[in-house]
Amino acid sequence: MTEHAPTADTVLPADDALNQLSARFGDALQRDTRPGYEGLIVDPDHLVAVATALRDDLGYDYLASATAVDYLGKGDHFEMVYHLCQTSGGPPLVLKAQTPRETATLPSLVGVWPGAEFQEREAWDLMGIRFEGHPDLRRILMWEGFAGHPLRKDWKEAYYEQDQKPFDSRWPGGHVRRAEELVPYGRNVRYPDGFSPEDYEEIAETPQARGLSSLGPGVEVEELATDRLVVNLGPQHPSTHGVFRMSIMLSGEEIVSLKPIMGYLHRNHEKIGERNTFIQNMPFTDRLDYICSLSNNLGYALAVEKLMALGARYQPPTYRAEVIRVLMAELTRIVNHIWAIGFLLNDLGAYFTPMMYVINERELILDFFEAVTGSRMMCNYMRFGGVAADLPERMRSEAQLLNDRVRDVNTMEYLRDLITERLPRAIDQIDTYLTTSEVVTNRCIGVGVLTREDAIATSAAGPVLRASGVPYDVRRADPYSIYPELEFDVACRTHGDVYDRYLIRLDELHQSLRILNQILPRLVDTEGEPIFAGRGGMYSPRVPAGEAYGRVENPKGELGFYVVSDGGQNPWRYHVRAPSFINLTPLERMCVGHKVADVVAILGSIDIVLGETDR
Amino acid sequence: MSDFLRELHDPDIPVPEGIQSAVAVTRLDKLLSTVYNWGRHYSVWPMAFGLACCAIEMIAAASSRYDQARFGMEVLRPSPRQADLMIVSGTVTKKMVVPIVRLYNQMPEPKYVLAMGACASGGGPFKEGYNVVSGIDNFLPVDVYVPGCPPTPQALLHGFITLIKKLDSQNLGNRNSMPWYSRGPSDAVPIPVLGPDIIDPRQLHLIRRYAAQPEPADESAAVEAEA
Ligand code: SF4
Repeated sequence: MTEHAPTADTVLPADDALNQLSARFGDALQRDTRPGYEGLIVDPDHLVAVATALRDDLGYDYLASATAVDYLGKGDHFEMVYHLCQTSGGPPLVLKAQTPRETATLPSLVGVWPGAEFQEREAWDLMGIRFEGHPDLRRILMWEGFAGHPLRKDWKEAYYEQDQKPFDSRWPGGHVRRAEELVPYGRNVRYPDGFSPEDYEEIAETPQARGLSSLGPGVEVEELATDRLVVNLGPQHPSTHGVFRMSIMLSGEEIVSLKPIMGYLHRNHEKIGERNTFIQNMPFTDRLDYICSLSNNLGYALAVEKLMALGARYQPPTYRAEVIRVLMAELTRIVNHIWAIGFLLNDLGAYFTPMMYVINERELILDFFEAVTGSRMMCNYMRFGGVAADLPERMRSEAQLLNDRVRDVNTMEYLRDLITERLPRAIDQIDTYLTTSEVVTNRCIGVGVLTREDAIATSAAGPVLRASGVPYDVRRADPYSIYPELEFDVACRTHGDVYDRYLIRLDELHQSLRILNQILPRLVDTEGEPIFAGRGGMYSPRVPAGEAYGRVENPKGELGFYVVSDGGQNPWRYHVRAPSFINLTPLERMCVGHKVADVVAILGSIDIVLGETDR
Repeated sequence: MSDFLRELHDPDIPVPEGIQSAVAVTRLDKLLSTVYNWGRHYSVWPMAFGLACCAIEMIAAASSRYDQARFGMEVLRPSPRQADLMIVSGTVTKKMVVPIVRLYNQMPEPKYVLAMGACASGGGPFKEGYNVVSGIDNFLPVDVYVPGCPPTPQALLHGFITLIKKLDSQNLGNRNSMPWYSRGPSDAVPIPVLGPDIIDPRQLHLIRRYAAQPEPADESAAVEAEA
């Protein structure tokens, strides 16, 4: 266990903060008294001062998440919600600032927590809140020139049918009505009234829209004319791990400034999530970080369970359900980390050979997932209050390739073999062949260093944060499920370079195996126990009004779901704090001063997945 | 008679008995097509181009368990200039469709498009999203659709086999079947523009007509009026 036990049981963080700060700020700082809500509401004029005090005096040095909610028809204001944490552990403190919908302006907190940079840009892009003092307030997921701010409640997409699902029949009067028929273009597009395509000048690709000033941050103006070269990397590039794009400004070979350009996989997760019912969002969470669908499920289930716990008739998940959840989450971590290591080697030039080996191991775990959940990748397995199905007794392969042996094995035997024999061997193999390889050490040691202070300030999470010397792991800092009773160490390394980020994944693989070894006997002991608390409620849970922030330690970092319910069947606001997205905030700091060839290695060591970055 | 000879042989032309196992008589265009198709049959080079979740299964298909190399398809080319198959492996967003169309235009003929998964085929689970294109076939001609979300690697392999069958059926003697040998360059797909929403240059007349005036109160009426 960590030495920092959470203080939640005794004093709520909000009360504690209020007691200490109320003398200084008086009425500018108030408790959020709405039923189901928690935290503090601060007057926008004092936001920066309160934030600074929280950071410097109370130790809330880490901004976990920042997002906006549109309370249209419920007070008609935007509310910016910040979740602040102490890197020493403990539950988050929720800080809120409200602004009327007409003005929609708030002071920026980038000066206090640089990690707010991308999150505030996202709030500007999708919600249309202006942040005064933000160094670079541009759209981030949509393109410059896009009409409107799509997450506002009164903004309707082209295929808009109704505010909430389930929709009315698409088969009214005996003939099907397709979404395409709702728009005159027969496509998913709509244009502002009076729009004339002839007069339109595209601004999405101008240098301003890409955030490139001729000089990088902190560069002194020199009179000598040096040519700077702008290199565009992505969105189609084999080493950007998907459709990620960067505009890199070079002086010679050296990187002067680097601007990520994202949104190429922005699939409107949150807008769709607010139309969906609570349970309908579960399969969508699979598609966030599509390598780790099961632990995404867990994070969302935790968030909604937190909300449900506000109500009267809530039953927490059974013990067996928790055991299975941890089993799935840790297997997912193994899948993710070996995949990340394989891909890092791809980026370093060992094209596809290490990948072949790790995919082999991954396939074994996916076979297990398929047997339990019915799907290899998109498992859609967790439910509110449990899991969807128990482990089957035997694992049979239904569809076989010619060279597959017919498989019909006992599931527990398969699992035991996997955890105690097969995976440790595979991880040792990775260790033996890669860790001391000259290619890896030469290209990784000392490259892309992120200091401890920068890592905390820029809200880096997961392996990136821990490789920089911060032993922060949500499983210990703010425990959930049955992690408190499991023995494992929080891996931590101190150099903050690409090599340490590689090593930390190896460390975590070993820790995951350690956890899985403790899970095995628990699985046997709980055999036959129910996997679901209570009956019914699985598909239409009763979710009282309120807000909740569910956080899990995903393989890539802290994954948080901020869910606001108004008591209905659908979330009023559904926000994902995506580790891949926020971990990109320090990318520029890591890259400046390095050669352009190091960018792919640094990016590979952060380990992003675009489904989650762009959502 | 070997499979190859049997395939080559034109059944309308009689061959004397006794030499049937060794002789195939055929028309010139059929001979050329068969040899030509046989040549490219095992050397389709897909473009290394992952869009979303489906790309992970595409990578799995290239791994040793599924072994896409059996079809001669293991050479994933990062450059569109060297590729003849574009696997659209994932959700096509409005922002991304611009580079996709550019990449397609850069591929040399003959080129094929395989829409992998529900998203690329028709928008998939994210179809209603404001930044999602309901299927790549709104912009590019698609040869093979592979259903699934994501399609398993087996399904993708089946898609490859389907594509190879299509390849085999193309005939040099028929202009429509191999348009890249007709005179003049083939037309490039017009590149969409990122405006207030994505603007497809092929829809300009519709945009002029409907966006210039306020939307009619009943949207379906507009569609009917057009029809
Ligand atoms: S079809 Fe499914 S798996 Fe494939 S990209 Fe779309 S959401 Fe992802």
